[in-house]
Amino acid sequence: MTGQPSEINLEQLLRELTPQVLGIVVRRFRDFAAAEDAVQEASIAAALQWPRDGLPESPRAWLIQVASRRMADYIRSESARRNRESAVLMESEQAAPSIPARESDVDDTLILLFMCCHPALTLSSAIALTLRAVGGLTTPEIAHAFLVPEATMAQRISRAKQTIKSSGIPFEMPTDAERGERLRAVLHVLYLIFNEGYTTTSGPQLRRADLSHEAMRLARIVHNLQMGDPEIAGLLALMLLTDARRMARTTAEGELIPLAQQDRSLWDRKQIEEGVALVSATLPKGSVGPYQLQAAIAAVHDEAPRAEDTDWPQILALYDLLRRMSDNPMVELNRAIAFAMVHGPAKGLELLDALKDDARLAEHHRLDAVRAHLLEMAGEHAGAIDHYRSAAEKTGSLPERNYLLARASRLSSDSG
Amino acid sequence: MKYILMMNGTKSDWESFAKWSKQDLDANTAFMRAFNKQLKDEGVFVATEGLGWPAQAKVVRSGRDGTPITDGIFPESKEFLAGYWIIDVETPEQAYRIAARASAAPGPGGKPGSMPIEVREVMSGFSDLGL
Repeated sequence: MTGQPSEINLEQLLRELTPQVLGIVVRRFRDFAAAEDAVQEASIAAALQWPRDGLPESPRAWLIQVASRRMADYIRSESARRNRESAVLMESEQAAPSIPARESDVDDTLILLFMCCHPALTLSSAIALTLRAVGGLTTPEIAHAFLVPEATMAQRISRAKQTIKSSGIPFEMPTDAERGERLRAVLHVLYLIFNEGYTTTSGPQLRRADLSHEAMRLARIVHNLQMGDPEIAGLLALMLLTDARRMARTTAEGELIPLAQQDRSLWDRKQIEEGVALVSATLPKGSVGPYQLQAAIAAVHDEAPRAEDTDWPQILALYDLLRRMSDNPMVELNRAIAFAMVHGPAKGLELLDALKDDARLAEHHRLDAVRAHLLEMAGEHAGAIDHYRSAAEKTGSLPERNYLLARASRLSSDSG
Repeated sequence: MKYILMMNGTKSDWESFAKWSKQDLDANTAFMRAFNKQLKDEGVFVATEGLGWPAQAKVVRSGRDGTPITDGIFPESKEFLAGYWIIDVETPEQAYRIAARASAAPGPGGKPGSMPIEVREVMSGFSDLGL
């Protein structure tokens, strides 16, 4: 025993060790679903015992041992059950997958990520399972982060594991042919976890910010695996550069502050430097993708000392590249803003007209919100008020609704 | 995304509900119990409650010095909330499909009804990053 771990360090340590320990236990016992439960139980036991008894000599070996003991208990009780149903025994013995000899921890973490983010899973299941099996979060922590009952989250995780089992998704590296596409799925899940954390109010829900940090930690792990895909660095940079503005995004009461009005001295310089360095090192490598471009756009914003110093022509050029890579109407909307900043609001509004028949935007508040902003820029206050209000009717976000209604109200008191 | 699915009924809906046979009531209760369990098993359940009879409902307003002024309410045309579910799903379409299942709860004679279910989004924190 080597001393008392502090609560924070212990949590970090357990989270780091989770995928390593899980990889080993899955290899030893060939049952991902049961191994995942066993490792979670071992982690919970560690969180109770280590602060009391001190850190074991090798925390990792301790976890492997405890998880393996749980697995042995589970197998004993299962085989007792199977002896009563011997026909089932035969079948499951045949179905037991063969898993190649142990690879490195690095590979195991990656294999786990590929498995948890498999396209056969629904996104909400993939998110939950990734946070638990790779991130080492407990089910109550994940449930709390997503504001759902613990039983609901437990069920989501168990369904995800059931899907893995029934689809026969193997515990192994995807083939070279599949790897690119499967990596996209992993990055998308990490992006959604980050977004979930970033898009929450401050105040009582502040804890949810943990999700952003968790997503950044996982993105960093993938980045450190050096798989040679520049989109990984792009995603990590995007997270760093976006999260850097967290403290400036809202008032103490949780009201939204738009980019142009944020107090830039509150931005996290260290995170910006790291993000900018990542993008600058990655972009010249050639194979440019959407995450790198979004990161580059975030970097241009973050590097402007004042809003009026923003290099909008460069942002527009980046959106021009981005729209060629993705068929996403949100990109078109953001490009229209950049276009308006460079060529004037009238030109931006013309671009919006072309988007008005896009069915994907018809019910979306962003089209109205952007139109309202551009109309306000153009001095057409009556039209801006109408569109702020119709955007407020459509948004699902309470702080955003308040913000949009406040813009409308400010304009109507100015003009009347 | 979280949605609330609301069962509403008019005065005559409530009054006819009061006259359902025991068998019909049991079938409806069994359906609701099974439906709630399905939502839990599917990992989408957040909350559900059934509400008391609207005859007990009061509308409360603040009086001049803040004291409550209560009024009974039961006009013919008004719809009353009978109960609700809150679910957490990935798309509005998924919420509509679940609402349709609730709507098919058995009515008199055990026949699947088509009770109207109002679906509303529950407001969240910030919206997405826009990309």
